[in-house]
Amino acid sequence: MSTSLFEKLGGNAAVDAAVDIFYRKVLSDDRISSFFEGVDMDKQAAKQKAFLTMAFGGPHNYTGKDMRAAHAPLVARGLNDSHFDAVAGHLQATLKELNVPAELIAEVMTIAGSTRNDVLCR
Amino acid sequence: MPRIFFEKQSYTCQGNESVLDCLTSHGVPIPSSCRSGICQTCLMRAVEGEVPLAAQQGLKETLRVQNYFLACVCKPTNDLKVALPDAEVGARTRVTVLAKEVLGGNITRLRLGCTLPLDYRPGQFVQLHRDDGLVRSYSIASLPQLEEPLELHIRRLPEGRMSGWIHDILKTGDTLEISGPTGQGFYLPGQPDQGLLLIGTGSGLAPLWGIARDALEQGHTGPIHLYHGSRDASGLYLINELLELAEQYPNLSYTPCLSGPNIPKGFAAGRAEQVAFSHLPKLTGWRVFLCGHPTMVATTRKKAFLTGASMKDIYADPFVIAADSIKPAA
Repeated sequence: MSTSLFEKLGGNAAVDAAVDIFYRKVLSDDRISSFFEGVDMDKQAAKQKAFLTMAFGGPHNYTGKDMRAAHAPLVARGLNDSHFDAVAGHLQATLKELNVPAELIAEVMTIAGSTRNDVLCR
Repeated sequence: MPRIFFEKQSYTCQGNESVLDCLTSHGVPIPSSCRSGICQTCLMRAVEGEVPLAAQQGLKETLRVQNYFLACVCKPTNDLKVALPDAEVGARTRVTVLAKEVLGGNITRLRLGCTLPLDYRPGQFVQLHRDDGLVRSYSIASLPQLEEPLELHIRRLPEGRMSGWIHDILKTGDTLEISGPTGQGFYLPGQPDQGLLLIGTGSGLAPLWGIARDALEQGHTGPIHLYHGSRDASGLYLINELLELAEQYPNLSYTPCLSGPNIPKGFAAGRAEQVAFSHLPKLTGWRVFLCGHPTMVATTRKKAFLTGASMKDIYADPFVIAADSIKPAA
């Protein structure tokens, strides 16, 4: 049996290692930080974790419908491709910082990219 | 097959069912999202019975020790009595006012006697119930291991119904009811050399006074930095007690901070969080406790995270000053 992407990345421990780094990058980025004003940081960190788990090929209950509902208010406030790209860039930088091999990063980025139309409600 | 007890009903867990599946299949509405043990939306607490370790993966340490678990990945092996996180756990207890003392800064210290020992940790909060139904939450400043009476610091709020009543009318010997405790902001041993940063405003000192003394009692050896802020010196209290404690324990440092224009000798100028960040610009590896004004707590929590503290190491209890809030009001 071949090893899954999630296992290759290191499973839950990898998500735990990535979530602080990723969320810190996202919150520090002035291009996108306004979308996170006033949100509960603990709840947001848990959502980031759910997203990373999904992008890492781990267990999830992802539905495009939930993703759309969650982001619709942000799209109404101007969320667009440039913001999606900024977040994707932080994901990539996080994985590089954790010395994840390039081919695995590419797989993660493909999964993350597959959510673009749902996130932007298109 | 294990049974799940929830709000006075019992449900039988079929086969490999999770607690979440068991309850929702019986029509019990439990919030959930990822159903994979990640998002923590379905957080619940086991009031009785042991939860499998796997159901606590990824939870904050202070949640684990209180038997919180994720219902979606909890496959129970024994009977469990469970509750939602916000539910009032346990019965109300009648307590007697043993002492009432003005500490300055519009703060009154209440010492309450319980007939049964209350199982709590310093830094958690209890709900005070007045006999007419008025409820407010207050943080706990006392240490159970020293068998201190339950200690609360009540700041008088403008037109505060409970705080005004406590300041003006309540007297030694009177009784009222408490419930709880609740709250995740407390000290846990295990990393005795970790740096602890405690920042509070107003009566936000109450839990921090409890947490700092608890950490010292439990043999914490790492640096403990406590910053207490107010606009002027009359808003600070327990200054001498804290200075004495810092004298006794070299790893404790205490900085009283004033944001107003008059800064007497011995006080730092600026808001408590500003002074703290000027002393400690990098918080990587630190454990952070915040309590007090909601804006201070929200901005400081974010800054603590951005300057390196891990999300799981930041404990923040904002005071919500609202008519029928159950969050701490002092």
